[in-house]
Amino acid sequence: MSLGLYLHRDSPLHALPAGAKMLALLAAGTGLLLFRSLPVVSAALVVTLGLYGLARLRPREVAPVLRLSAFVLGPLFLLQAWLSGWELALGTVLRLAVLLLLATLVSLTTRASDMLESLQRAFRPLARFGLSPARLGLLLSLTLRFIPLLATWLREIQEAQRVRGLERNPLAVLVPLLVKTLRTADTLADAIDARCFDPEEPS
Amino acid sequence: MKTRDLVHVALFAAIMAALGLMPPLALPFVPVPITAQTLGVMLAGSTLGARKAGLSLLLFHLLVAAGLPLLAGGNGGLAVYVGPTGGFFVGFLPGAFVIGWLTERAWSRLSVPLAFAINVLGGIGVLYAVGIPWLSVAAHLPLAKAALGSLAFVPGDCVKAAVAASVAVTLKRAWPLIQPPRPAGATSAPPSSTPAASPAPSSPRR
Repeated sequence: MSLGLYLHRDSPLHALPAGAKMLALLAAGTGLLLFRSLPVVSAALVVTLGLYGLARLRPREVAPVLRLSAFVLGPLFLLQAWLSGWELALGTVLRLAVLLLLATLVSLTTRASDMLESLQRAFRPLARFGLSPARLGLLLSLTLRFIPLLATWLREIQEAQRVRGLERNPLAVLVPLLVKTLRTADTLADAIDARCFDPEEPS
Repeated sequence: MKTRDLVHVALFAAIMAALGLMPPLALPFVPVPITAQTLGVMLAGSTLGARKAGLSLLLFHLLVAAGLPLLAGGNGGLAVYVGPTGGFFVGFLPGAFVIGWLTERAWSRLSVPLAFAINVLGGIGVLYAVGIPWLSVAAHLPLAKAALGSLAFVPGDCVKAAVAASVAVTLKRAWPLIQPPRPAGATSAPPSSTPAASPAPSSPRR
């Protein structure tokens, strides 16, 4: 799958199971929320950067992924410094930076498919609400298939309405998009039923 | 759930992603970008009803958490949830659920003002009720300051609620999906902050 953030390397971090990495991230998040003194956070930052080295990710590859986080942290630092002094601001922003770096590291070193699998396992209790693994699998593949298609439709409808001078009217874009989607949903459901997919059957 | 319902759930998760492709607006001094994605939350709730909308948003969250860059601005992965704005994304799910729940109850007399009120309650009220405390804890800001900073988004969100309301009412005429609520409907997730203000609508006919 080319849509994810995953970058393949031969490293111990890539080899770890996805569930373990996510649990470790959860633990790190809780730990940093409880112990938020500057020395602890700085040590965590060093360890995190070490982990990036261990995963053999070069800064140049990681930079584009992290740019948006910087976009959030910069203004936050200014706001914090103005509200409660730069020392506290530095601590808070560093803690968030460590967490964002760690979470990005998990995404970079784990295939989206592995991540989905362990998330599915974590959400297994939801089977009671009608979300059995077979259904969840169908849902995930349908959504992935339809994201590019819907993006294309959205662009097409926007273009069509621009010709009519309606591109500033959100109603003229959204209603056709939704009706088209719902109409497709009906044919798609018929097609799935015609191929004897049984949504009730536990498998 | 029938196959058709499953397909609706999947396609609305895809609509959420498609709306995320519209570029976000970043304001100075407020660490939350303005996106068209909350519009998707409102649309899902008021088109699909509580259960399907909740499942649809859950599906969307699964894909984002798995590292697909589907949030506005090509954002994705677990980093989204640990960041200061994570609560607003987490709030998508209960927000859509509450909008769906209220829309189902108001379905037979749904009008644009009523749909607008519902979308404001769920899409702004619930979303902010989750997002602001999260922002306050994650960014170590006082709650009042976090709330004040989020106020900057209320005008934009009100516009989105108005758009979603008129879309919902138009769509109700063009392609109605929601049935009036069954008595004793077993719902899937607890509505986290169900507004007490809504009077129990006497569902006249079913």
